[in-house]
Amino acid sequence: MTQTDLLAGLAIEIVSIFALIIMLTDALVERSTRLCETLSIVGLLGGLAASAYAHLTMPGQTAFNGMIVVGGMSTLYDAIFCGAGIMTVLLAREYLTRVGGMFDEFYTLLMMSIAGMMLMGHSADSMPMFVGLEVMSICFYVMAGLMRNKLSSNEAALKYFLLGAFASGFLLYGIALVYGSVGSTAYSAIAAKALSTQFPTLFWVGIGMMIIGLGFKVAAFPFHQWAPDVYHGAPTVVTGFMSTAGKAAAFSGFVGFIAPTMASGVPGLEKAKVILALLAVGSMLVGNITALAQTNVKRMLAYSSVAHAGYLMIGLAAGNAAGWTGITYYLVAYLFMQIGAFAVVGILERENGGNLTVDDYRGLARRRPGLALVMSLFMFSLTGIPPFAGFFGKYYLFNAAIQADLTWLAIVGVVSSVISVWFYLGLVVIMYFREPLGEMEGGEASISSRTALALSIIGTLLIGLIPQAIINIAAR
Amino acid sequence: MLLLLTLLVPLVFALLLCAVPSGNKSLHKTIATAGSVVAFAVSLALWFSFDKTNPGFQFTTNWMWIPSLDIGFRLGVDGMSLLMVVLTTFIFPISIIASYDSIHDRQKMYYIMLLLLQFGLLGVFVSLDTFLFYIFWEVVLIPMYFLIGIWGGKDRIYAAMKFFIYTMAGSLLMLVAIIYLGQYGQNGGFTGDMQKLMTIAPTIPLDAQQWLFLAFALSFCIKVPLFPLHTWLPDAHTQAPTAGSVILAGVMLKMGTYGLIRFNLQLFPQASLHYADLIAILSVVGIIYGALVAMVQTDIKKLVAYSSVAHMGFVTLGIFSMTAEGVQGAVLQMVNHGLSTGMLFLLIGVIYERRHTREMSEFGGLAKSMPVYATFFFIAVLASVGLPGLNGFVGEYLTLIGAYLSDHLGSKLYAVVASSGVILAAVYLLILFQKMFFGPLTKSENASLKDLSGREIGMFVPIVILCIWIGFQPNTFLSVTETSSRAVVGVIEGLKGESRYADVAAARLNPNAPPALVPVKGMENVKIAPPGTPPGTPSSVSPVPMPMPNSKKEPIRVKVPADGGPVQLPPPKR
Repeated sequence: MTQTDLLAGLAIEIVSIFALIIMLTDALVERSTRLCETLSIVGLLGGLAASAYAHLTMPGQTAFNGMIVVGGMSTLYDAIFCGAGIMTVLLAREYLTRVGGMFDEFYTLLMMSIAGMMLMGHSADSMPMFVGLEVMSICFYVMAGLMRNKLSSNEAALKYFLLGAFASGFLLYGIALVYGSVGSTAYSAIAAKALSTQFPTLFWVGIGMMIIGLGFKVAAFPFHQWAPDVYHGAPTVVTGFMSTAGKAAAFSGFVGFIAPTMASGVPGLEKAKVILALLAVGSMLVGNITALAQTNVKRMLAYSSVAHAGYLMIGLAAGNAAGWTGITYYLVAYLFMQIGAFAVVGILERENGGNLTVDDYRGLARRRPGLALVMSLFMFSLTGIPPFAGFFGKYYLFNAAIQADLTWLAIVGVVSSVISVWFYLGLVVIMYFREPLGEMEGGEASISSRTALALSIIGTLLIGLIPQAIINIAAR
Repeated sequence: MLLLLTLLVPLVFALLLCAVPSGNKSLHKTIATAGSVVAFAVSLALWFSFDKTNPGFQFTTNWMWIPSLDIGFRLGVDGMSLLMVVLTTFIFPISIIASYDSIHDRQKMYYIMLLLLQFGLLGVFVSLDTFLFYIFWEVVLIPMYFLIGIWGGKDRIYAAMKFFIYTMAGSLLMLVAIIYLGQYGQNGGFTGDMQKLMTIAPTIPLDAQQWLFLAFALSFCIKVPLFPLHTWLPDAHTQAPTAGSVILAGVMLKMGTYGLIRFNLQLFPQASLHYADLIAILSVVGIIYGALVAMVQTDIKKLVAYSSVAHMGFVTLGIFSMTAEGVQGAVLQMVNHGLSTGMLFLLIGVIYERRHTREMSEFGGLAKSMPVYATFFFIAVLASVGLPGLNGFVGEYLTLIGAYLSDHLGSKLYAVVASSGVILAAVYLLILFQKMFFGPLTKSENASLKDLSGREIGMFVPIVILCIWIGFQPNTFLSVTETSSRAVVGVIEGLKGESRYADVAAARLNPNAPPALVPVKGMENVKIAPPGTPPGTPSSVSPVPMPMPNSKKEPIRVKVPADGGPVQLPPPKR
């Protein structure tokens, strides 16, 4: 381990060290919630700064014997994870206190999971990717069950754990099989060998198992069954975090391992592309159609997140440079709009699951005009209406698909977007065009929650208007 | 800069309005009215500084926005889009003034939505970048959706959702087409530059061109709306508040016909020839069907809504006759329909505010209690019917002539059948007028109705003046759009080996290369290669003849004045 190695991995190190400091603070200091909160934000900002530094000084460089790579897309991933973390921290205290899930361990778990995600985003080898994934997942299992006196929360944690462990098994076995046929776990080595050798079935079985394992983590059809229950049962701030940063991390792993192989142009890869395209189609259609039938806002957003995994899979299926950039851009856009939407849900939610059904949102524009306006912006962005960020994300992904001669896939994406109009705008209809059923209690947001909301609005608008900034970083 | 200013004025005033506290209701009206009037004034300045003889785009801006995809903030107008811009800025102040007394609930948001709508509409007409065009196209959707959904009638939610989903379904397919089309630019990468695409697109293989044509046409025809895609329109019209209906009929439907000319005709001339008959047949069916359905309506607003389907049929028929007369007539008819139908909706709004009903049977003998109102209604009806001396006549006449003379349409029967639509329009509109205004005053509520107020008369007078102006002196407007219509028609004619307007079309495609028109000393007879033909473009059909000065014809000579004055372009020859 050299000094360069340490410097390259500085972002991950900072976040991990802060995770440990927070753990100690929690144990040693009385009533440490505020302190832990501050430390988390400082740690995450530090991580961001270190990542930006690495991007500027050593883009594309590898460290730890080719295990991790820095700069370019990985910087954007770091920004997504840390940004999601910061917004979640800002939202968490008010919400968790209200629903009875405020334990200071939350901050440790959050920081740990972010460290895991960053490791995934930086990995250039399947081993650190797997380690990062496990660190993240185990933290998620606990965070989903934070409201420990609630049945639904416990159910979410257990379900997530059992199915998640199974999926990790698939992924690890897949890595082992690929290692068995290629002789290396490094992505570049896999890609290089893929070109030069005739492949045994073993290799393809391994790749297939990796796709299944990662497909589970991104909640793509047909491995999405866990997502609605877990997203519904987990505390809303955690759901927002899991469905954005968690998905982004899984996609960073996906892109990391599949991009070099795709770029190598191995003959058999056409089959893999077809499989990925089918997964994308299934996710988009199933996610959007089932979301139509939901009456619970949280569940609706959960199903729609399956659909968004489908849009992202279009980029994987396209398998070209535009696809990777498109995925990264979409993940940034999705971060802002999805966390924003969950933030509004969290602010309105009462203890014991009040204010969560669609009917509770009736006439919200009259009672909480600000929140209704903000929520509509996120809904428009999630639908993919310009000039919001979600539109450009879809645009880029469809562009990638058409470049890869997958026009039919873009058309399926378009059709499923039209389906999604119904429930996203259905919520806007409910908020603006219907009269309220009765008095609504709550919905006052604290300063920190407002800040988080403001951040997501600015993000949704700004990167929708100046997408080139994100593309430039992603393309490095 | 002037164009950019026209575009930005409504946005700036909308933002300004956001900052005003929601209690100050009269200030909302003032700011909204001021915004729309300023926009109109700026657009007039645009109108007067427009160079009618220049076939290219004017007042252009070209700022890079997303360089890696060659997407730019590209604006510019030709005669046709200029006319649409002025129509938009003309209709908006009137719509805003019309809302003074009818909108009380959430008033501030209402005017913000109107101004944003204007911003979006202007953007659609001035974009010269496919990506930017798409963004404005969608931006229009959101304010209209709120206008119908919040301030609309009883079934407003159904109507708003139907409106949104119809339009969104069409426009997303257009997005795929825009991306696909863009792939032909800059070495396999995307481009959004319309002017580049105008030279590239006609060289795309025919089968791809046909798919692209259909994707664009679907989106535009939903908006027009062309039979059988019209079913959203009666609902949206009937449920929208008065200003919403006026803008919907007056300007928004024109987005569709504008798109058909700008995209389908200009970019895919071969496919246009291929599908001209299909669209012409649907237009004629729409003309007859819309008129017949209008006849049996009892709701006045629904009647006018169906009459829109019929009137817009003339526009699409004129466009796809692909003759200079037809396209000119279609563009003028777009304005006419905006004026006369817009005025009818305003008049219906006036009576609805007083009586809160739109059932025809509730009225009768109104001419006695509201003589001024009856007069304006009569003018609007006559304009809509197409009485010579008023605007509707000129437009319909030109489109029918165009359709009859067209070599590109398969049958003269289209024009013949369509002209019966004029008669049908007279039937239902005059019956409407008779039932509402003549006969005895059967309902006591109608006897005490107040006639038009000064504000309301002020709304109608400018429209009436324009109607008469177009009726007697259509050349004021036709001369503005002439060059751009010829440029569009020239592209089609180039394909058929005719050359009446080929020079205009070529000059548009290559605005920066006047040498094609100005002979260099001693090189008068050198033939010039088609402008902008990309070398080695894949093509499954025989090489596409590019619109350009035809070899059968003498090269166009330009006289250079001896005193070194400005070069005079020769007038386009018939």
